[in-house]
Amino acid sequence: MAKTESTFKNMALSLTLIALGSSAGLGFVYELTKEPIALSSLNKKLDAIREVVPEFNNDPNSEMYRLATGEGDSLEIYPARKDGKIVGYAVNTYTNNGFSGYINLMAGFTPDGAIINISVLQQKETPGLGTKMAEPAFKDQFIDKNPAEFSLKVKKDGGPVDAITAATISSRAFCDAVQRAYNTLQKGGSK
Amino acid sequence: MTQLQNFTKGFFRENPILVLVLGTCPTLATTSSAMNGLGMGVATTFVLLGSNVVISLLSGVIPDKVRIPAFIVIIASFVTIVDLVMQAYVPSLYETLGIFIPLIVVNCIVLGRAEAYASKNSVLSSFFDGLGMGLGFTMALGIMGTIRELLGNGSILGHKFISGDGILVFILAPGAFLVLGYLIALINKLKRT
Repeated sequence: MAKTESTFKNMALSLTLIALGSSAGLGFVYELTKEPIALSSLNKKLDAIREVVPEFNNDPNSEMYRLATGEGDSLEIYPARKDGKIVGYAVNTYTNNGFSGYINLMAGFTPDGAIINISVLQQKETPGLGTKMAEPAFKDQFIDKNPAEFSLKVKKDGGPVDAITAATISSRAFCDAVQRAYNTLQKGGSK
Repeated sequence: MTQLQNFTKGFFRENPILVLVLGTCPTLATTSSAMNGLGMGVATTFVLLGSNVVISLLSGVIPDKVRIPAFIVIIASFVTIVDLVMQAYVPSLYETLGIFIPLIVVNCIVLGRAEAYASKNSVLSSFFDGLGMGLGFTMALGIMGTIRELLGNGSILGHKFISGDGILVFILAPGAFLVLGYLIALINKLKRT
C-alpha cells in the first residue's frame, strides 16, 4: 500500500478519523466501566463506615448530611443507628497537610465525641513510611480517646501521639484531619 | 528475524529498562513493592500491545507529517481504557499506582516502539514485539520491586517475614536508583561473558 501523502486534506482527514475512532472506543469503555467504578467507590465508603462505627442497622449513606467546618468547607457526616438510637457518627474528613498533600480519612466518633476507629480512604504518602498511617500500629493509639482531653498532637509538638518513624509530617497531617472531624462534629452538635 | 526472536528480544537482548534504559521514570517510582511493579508492567504491556497493533495497521494511511500526533492519540486512548478498567476492577492497585497510570501516555517505551518498530513492520511482528517488550518491562519491574520490597520492608508480595523495618533507603527514591544501577551493571557483565 502506498504511503498517504502529507497534503493538508490527508492530514486533517486522517487525524479526524483517528480521533473519532478513539473517542467512540473510549465512550464505549466509559459506559461499560461507569457502574463498577461507582459501585467500588460506594463499597469502599460503606466498608470504611462499617469499620469505624459500632454495629448499626440503618443506611448511613442515605442519612448523610453535611456540616460546615468553619473554614469555608463542609464534611460529610454519616450517622449510624442501631434500632433508631444513634451509636456513632462516621465523618468523612480530610487534610491538605500530608507530605504529598491531600489525605482523606473516615473517622468514627461516639455520640459524646470519643474516637471509635479511623480508616484511611485516600492518601499519597511515601510508600513504606507515611503509608503506615493505615496500619493498626499507628492508628490504634487513637481508639477510645476523646480529643477533648487527648490533644491530637505528635510528641515532637508536645502532644501524646506517637508519630510514625521518619514520617512526622504524615502523622501530623493525620492528627489534623481527625481534629477537623472532631471540631466540625462538636460545633455542628449531635442530631 | 523469526517471530520467536521478535518476542524474546524484549526480555534480555533489548530489554527496555535494563538494556535500552527507556521509561525509567515509572520504573523508579512504582517499584517500591513487587505487586506495584508487576501491576504497572501489566498495564504498560496492554497499552504497548494495543498501540503496536493499531499503529502498524494504520501506518499506511497516516501521513508522515502528522504521525506523532496520531500515535499519541491512539496511545492515549489505550491508556485511558486501562485507567478506567483498573479503576473499576482493581481499585486498590489503581490507588497505589495513582498518577503513573495516566503517565503511561508519555512513557518513551510505548512511543519508541510505535515510531521505531510498529510503523515499519507487519501487524503480526508488531504484536510479538509489543508483547515481548511489555513482558520484558514487566519482568524488570517485578525483579526491581521484589528486591526493593525484600530489602526495604522484609516482605515478598506483602507477606512479611521479619518484624520491624527493613533497610528503609531501598523503599525510598535513592534505593530505586541503587537497585536499577546494580541490575544494569549485572546485565552488562552477563552480556560480555
